[in-house]
Amino acid sequence: MSFPWAEPYQPKNGLTRWIDQRLPLPRLVYGAIGGGYPVPRNLNYFWNFGVLAGVALTIQIVTGIILAMHYVPYGGQAFQSVEHIMRDVNQGWLLRYAHANGASFFFIVTYIHIFRGLYYGSYKAPRELVWMLGLVILLLMMATAFMGYVLPWGQMSFWGAKVITGLFGAIPFVGEPVQQWLLGGFAPDQPTLNRFFSLHYLLPFVIAGVIVLHIWALHIPGSGNPTGVDVKSAQDTVPFHPYYTAKDGFGLGVFLILFALVTFFAPNYLGHADNYIPANPLSTPAHIVPEWYFWPFYAILRAFTVDFILPAKLWGVIAMFAAILLLFFLPWIDRSPVRSGNYRPRFRQFFWILMLDLLVLGYVGGKPAEEPFVMISQLATIYYFAHFLIILPIVSAVERTLPLPNSISESVLHGEDKEAAPADLGGMRPAAAE
Amino acid sequence: MVRLIAFLVGLGFVVVAGWSLGNGVYAFATQPREESVEHQFHLQPEHASYSFDGPFGTYDRQQLQRGFQVYKEVCAACHGLSYVAFRNLEEIGYGEAEVKAIANQWQIEVPDIDPKTGEASTRKATPADHFPSPYPNEVAARAANNNALPPDLSLITKARHGGASYVHSLLLGYRDPATYRNKEGEPVPTEVRPGQGLHFNPYFANLNIAMPPPIQSDGQVTYADGTAATRDQMAKDVSAFLTWTAEPRLENRHRAGLATLIFLLFATVLSYLAYQNVWHSAKRKVRASGPLDPVNLAKSHEASREAGIQQ
Repeated sequence: MSFPWAEPYQPKNGLTRWIDQRLPLPRLVYGAIGGGYPVPRNLNYFWNFGVLAGVALTIQIVTGIILAMHYVPYGGQAFQSVEHIMRDVNQGWLLRYAHANGASFFFIVTYIHIFRGLYYGSYKAPRELVWMLGLVILLLMMATAFMGYVLPWGQMSFWGAKVITGLFGAIPFVGEPVQQWLLGGFAPDQPTLNRFFSLHYLLPFVIAGVIVLHIWALHIPGSGNPTGVDVKSAQDTVPFHPYYTAKDGFGLGVFLILFALVTFFAPNYLGHADNYIPANPLSTPAHIVPEWYFWPFYAILRAFTVDFILPAKLWGVIAMFAAILLLFFLPWIDRSPVRSGNYRPRFRQFFWILMLDLLVLGYVGGKPAEEPFVMISQLATIYYFAHFLIILPIVSAVERTLPLPNSISESVLHGEDKEAAPADLGGMRPAAAE
Repeated sequence: MVRLIAFLVGLGFVVVAGWSLGNGVYAFATQPREESVEHQFHLQPEHASYSFDGPFGTYDRQQLQRGFQVYKEVCAACHGLSYVAFRNLEEIGYGEAEVKAIANQWQIEVPDIDPKTGEASTRKATPADHFPSPYPNEVAARAANNNALPPDLSLITKARHGGASYVHSLLLGYRDPATYRNKEGEPVPTEVRPGQGLHFNPYFANLNIAMPPPIQSDGQVTYADGTAATRDQMAKDVSAFLTWTAEPRLENRHRAGLATLIFLLFATVLSYLAYQNVWHSAKRKVRASGPLDPVNLAKSHEASREAGIQQ
């Protein structure tokens, strides 16, 4: 955090000076989210989502800690204890609905945060580690969400746990022992529930720790911006506080309104009815589907239906994990020196196809494994891998990018608000493009 | 190098997924598709409207009491309500004494231990008890019901797609499989018609349900409040009651939701104004100085262009 134009911390009174000399905590906060962190002045609303994800994690931790005071991680009572929370705990229904829908909203804002990074090239040098730490957070979130969904011990909890841990059974030779080791038995049971509860409580704090690293790594080069042009002088930036705290405050308000709408008026809309049936190992639900935020990956998993050297199931598992792991290599796959999609016309077209592709994958992932959904998921899976591994390297090599503005301040000249938005979402195209 | 490896890995996934796709397309094109009987005859629940619909919805206490009466006289013989306690009935408008009487006179007694001998026994229910299950265990329930298990109804409207509408449609949805025709006018194939102890109901997922038609005729229940007990009325009332048993805090949720939204709208408008206010002064300040100030930049570019200097 050593920007030449960063405002140094000046203690305002005797007390803060006294503390700062002994424990420079006020200095740290000032440099991280206060006036001491200069941020490009042209950020658009897509830059709100990092803060929103942090808020979503906080909501999950606070509601989760209180839920854990009433929840019983015991097979015979877990479902009942959740109903006890819904009926007899004061405002328990609010805590549980906020926690369940909070997970969905955490994923919504995180996915938008990631898509923003994809469009504006936030993964590129010098922010590769920011990107990779973010992916670690995503993986941790997925593990946490999956284990959290098992805890109510409803039908989808049980069968979801069975299907997902069953994926490890596809690994040759060691698959079955690994699966039994994860479950603590041959099928999801008491040991599974206990360890999932333990890990579900632990992982959010690990996420919080990785978020610290994520932000630390971000504050070395500083935030990116919609033009992708580096900050060149103090003129290009404004202090985080009050400018972006004010803007994030507004973004937070909008986020909370949407969150409240779902939590209070459609709290079960994003869930599955079968999870209100207590777990029954002897009765398989007609359609086992994970929560919506896993649907794109679930579609990729089920797209591989025919053995090809390896068994089809193993291909599905490999592809599902590869779909996320390949993102770690994105900074080296996409070598275009231009960061922002606003100045990359070819890249931009493929980016929007990718967004459409992810919507399609999400849609078919929530559908039963029957035609024509399987064929659609196979087409969409092909595009997903082709996009990142084949199209991006070629595009980044052959694309003619548009001329970049000399500086952020200069780009601000032709319309601050419009310039910052993605070019296809009502944003102005760069002046030189016309 | 990374790009070359990426390209090869990508090609690998594309080829394997493409192989699956090719096989799928071939099978799709050559094999005749069999539509399952469930798919042909299953009906989605018909939408019924209730007082608790929508963001301002509240429960109609009279309707819940009527629904409770239907549950008590029709459903309770086979279906439990284990997550609901007798004391909860006060929430739907029964007085303390009434609840005590309902618990005391409940047809099924609560399992207990004889205080003298320690042997298993039963006693009369109290308001603190949850509704006792009609069967001592699952085996007994199946033995009494032709090997079918009557589900607990506490959460049934949340545990089925369509909720209250589903329960309503299902209760009235029994049809004669011999004369029933679906939308295409097809009769039910003989081999899937219900066997011994099963009943045809197109609203039920696999069409054949073990539960005999519970609501048989108008006037099956004599409502305490004098409402005419038509079949539709009884089905509607009991599905409203079962919505309450599944979501007893719905009214608190709607009230709290409205208050939260009003607060959040107010706070969001304020924060928007604060945001505009903060940034308004920022724009003026930033533009007022320095060679990289946008206004000055524009001037210098203009000057360079006039002088014929290429940037």
